[in-house]
Amino acid sequence: MSNNQSVGISIKNVGLSFGETEVLKGVNLEIAPGEFFAFLGPSGSGKSTLLRAIAGFGPAPSGEILIGDRDVTHLQPWQRNVGMVFQNYALWPHMTVQENVAFGLQERKVAKPDIVKKVRQALELVDLADLSNRRPSELSGGQQQRIALARTIVVEPKVLLLDEPLSNLDANLRVQMRRDILKLQQQLGITTIFVTHDQEEANTTADRMAVLSNGVIQQVGAPMSLYDAPVNRFVANFIGSANIIDGSITLNAAGKLSKFVSEQGLALDLSTQHSGSVSLIFRPQNTLLLADGATIDNGFNMSGQIVFREFLGSQIRYGIDVQGHLLSVDEIHSIGALHRNVNDLVRLGVTHEQAVVVNS
Amino acid sequence: MPSNTSTRQGIFRLDFKSIQWGPGIVATLIGVFLLIVLVMPVAKVMYVAFQNPDTGALTINNFIDFFNAALFRESFVNSLYVASMSVVFATLIAMPLAYFTTRFNFAGSTLIQTLGMIPLIMPPFVGAVAMQLFFGGNGSVNLLLDDYFGFTVPFMEGLNGVILVQSVHFFPFILINLSASLNNIDRSMEEAALNLGSSGMRLFRRIVFPLAMPGYIAGASLVFLKVFDDLGTPLLLNVNNMLAPQAYLRITSVGISDPIGYVISVILVVFSLFSMWVSFLAMKGKDYATAQKGGGGLLRRDLKLGERIGCYAVITIILLFVLAPHTALGLLSVATVWSYSPLPDAYTFDHYIEVFETANQFITNTLLYAGLAGLIDIILGTAIAYIVWRTKIWGRKALDLVAMGALAIPGVVIGIGYLRMFYDVNLPFSDVPLATWWGIMVIALAVRRLPYALRACVAALQQVSLSLEEAAESLGASKWSTIKRVVVPLMTGGILAGFVTSFATAAVELSATIMLVAKEGDAPLAYGIYVFMQSAAGRGPGAALGIIAVIIVGLGTYASHVIIERTKKNNGLK
Repeated sequence: MSNNQSVGISIKNVGLSFGETEVLKGVNLEIAPGEFFAFLGPSGSGKSTLLRAIAGFGPAPSGEILIGDRDVTHLQPWQRNVGMVFQNYALWPHMTVQENVAFGLQERKVAKPDIVKKVRQALELVDLADLSNRRPSELSGGQQQRIALARTIVVEPKVLLLDEPLSNLDANLRVQMRRDILKLQQQLGITTIFVTHDQEEANTTADRMAVLSNGVIQQVGAPMSLYDAPVNRFVANFIGSANIIDGSITLNAAGKLSKFVSEQGLALDLSTQHSGSVSLIFRPQNTLLLADGATIDNGFNMSGQIVFREFLGSQIRYGIDVQGHLLSVDEIHSIGALHRNVNDLVRLGVTHEQAVVVNS
Repeated sequence: MPSNTSTRQGIFRLDFKSIQWGPGIVATLIGVFLLIVLVMPVAKVMYVAFQNPDTGALTINNFIDFFNAALFRESFVNSLYVASMSVVFATLIAMPLAYFTTRFNFAGSTLIQTLGMIPLIMPPFVGAVAMQLFFGGNGSVNLLLDDYFGFTVPFMEGLNGVILVQSVHFFPFILINLSASLNNIDRSMEEAALNLGSSGMRLFRRIVFPLAMPGYIAGASLVFLKVFDDLGTPLLLNVNNMLAPQAYLRITSVGISDPIGYVISVILVVFSLFSMWVSFLAMKGKDYATAQKGGGGLLRRDLKLGERIGCYAVITIILLFVLAPHTALGLLSVATVWSYSPLPDAYTFDHYIEVFETANQFITNTLLYAGLAGLIDIILGTAIAYIVWRTKIWGRKALDLVAMGALAIPGVVIGIGYLRMFYDVNLPFSDVPLATWWGIMVIALAVRRLPYALRACVAALQQVSLSLEEAAESLGASKWSTIKRVVVPLMTGGILAGFVTSFATAAVELSATIMLVAKEGDAPLAYGIYVFMQSAAGRGPGAALGIIAVIIVGLGTYASHVIIERTKKNNGLK
């Protein structure tokens, strides 16, 4: 059941509206053959709509959707050979596991003995061959999820679409399941798109991902590159937590540090080529709490007062007021470590390489 | 925190033991009441069916006699045939309406669904006579057919008439259940099939219809049960070779001791139980609607112009047909003479005036009886609902089962049972037999409609979260005080809806009351209509009474709908 010829997906200038509401606006995307790709975004960002448009559900989009070389934009769902796993699994309750899995093969008029063989293989692939005569209602959430996967891959679709596949599972199972899905995808080599609102899920599984907001793709790239080099406030905020200070560059000369002044009047020297209105972004764990009197040279320094302290287990998070900006600072916790207290006055430093400046 | 929850429930249950005597007494009283007015009369009927009428010894000879008589065999077959065919025709009417309105986007879906419910607000026997004027041998349709095409269709001949009237009346049960099932199919169920290569009729046959099946079976078995048990329609159409009319005629003409009426009662009850069992089996473990959640919404399709015209044509024909009894009854109630002509000769309001002058007591009696019955029902319904769902009293499930069991007991059986049980018992301080007292009709109505009220009360109670009660109790309110100040006020909407449903359906009940009416002065509306419709001269006033009944039931149904919607809104469920 391996998929020898993986195909890519091209999305060209796709737009889509529900009545008056524009849900997708000019989406362009290239997904490579065999890639595990994630659509990440908050609810209402259009990620599920885009996935459904690839499968052929929902209102007809403008633009073009190509699977391999084939333009599927105007094909009916049942003509696309695209496998979709639904958020609620959508197993048919009036059929047994075996009947559910056999359904797509029957629709394709596959010969009976082949159906039996392929169904068994698919169920073995998801480790559930012994449950073939059960009804979906007799299965746990995780088992239903596997059956839904088996039902989809048994027809050997060109691409596999997963719509929030883990959202109905409990936390422990979710981690196990996402590893299983990744393993299965690598085994089959099938081009896969995974929709999620959970950054951890996307980060841990995807080769590359697209972050969506308001029907627009904000950024595309490998998870780590999106975390390290977000192109805007939204991406910075959505992937991981970030300190973001809005302001403007007042002086920008070659070979020198730029002068940055925040909206609250906080002045900092930054190493950046940007000018005009910008957002300064840096991560809590890259913000250093300095010893009394110490400063860092290859970055910028700030002073503030601790407003709150949260114990998160592996680390302590401080909320620090710096001239009206509430910044987060994470410090690794270890047994016996001495921590600061609320109301303490502290000095903070961020090195230039840990700070990202984007135009706002 | 599962352990925490179980501890809390443990305390809750413990706490209950100490105050259980209160609900316990209430449960016992209700149990005794149901025993006397439901279990014993039905048991008595069953018992007598197996008794030798002369010696009182147990025997199955009555059943042998029954099946040896050609008339009774014929009646039995006819009842089965009529009930089955009514299911078939009701399906033909309901299926397109349900499918079109739930699966396609087009204007007027709500209106069509609403119009589809209208037959339920008219008791079928009321429409029976009116239908004859439209579809009978000399009715409008056949007169026109004969004039223009030279042939006629025996729509209303014998059993055909019963089948026609019953399927036009009862198809909403299938419509409601089937629409609900179709509406509950999550759109991902169909999308998954589309995604795997299925479409069109194959998709409908393999996915949509099987998923809607439980709802369809539930509706269809209800139609079967109702038609099989119905007395009024065959009686008014003068079709006597069916089971319920035979039971009625034997008891009223031969006498209370004639065993055939009891044998028929046993057969009616057995078939009712059977169709309820089928419906139960269909629904059991197949409540697909709640099995999967989250995909969201329904798969509706836009129609092409040609398809839309086709749909509207089908729907229009069905609706014209379905609303025919109401139209005919309305025309009849204002017609001077309507015979051998497609439409009445002239129009008048005299029938209504006559009804209000001479037949007022039918209306006042009905309001009194149905009102009292509804009141009894909601008191019992609230109490039973609370006992079953909120206490651990021993035997609570049995109480629920008995109360709901009234659904399986045909009106004829209740009527015969009451006559047999209460004829020898006199009303206290008088020599009037209990069976001829008007109050017994109220009790018969209350018992027959109790399942409706109970269901409404249970639904209302289930909307009151247990934590609301616990909050009151933790603030120091006693059990009774909690029920009085928190539970019942929150249930009011549901209880009221239960009252209205009981009232409206009791107002047009015929099959039990027709046997219990001792004198015309005590008779309710349905009986009045029956009496009027017996004579040609009485048809006009009878139709006027029928229209009044329709208005009462229609207003009641509308009120109950409004109350339910408002309660949902107020309780933040919508």
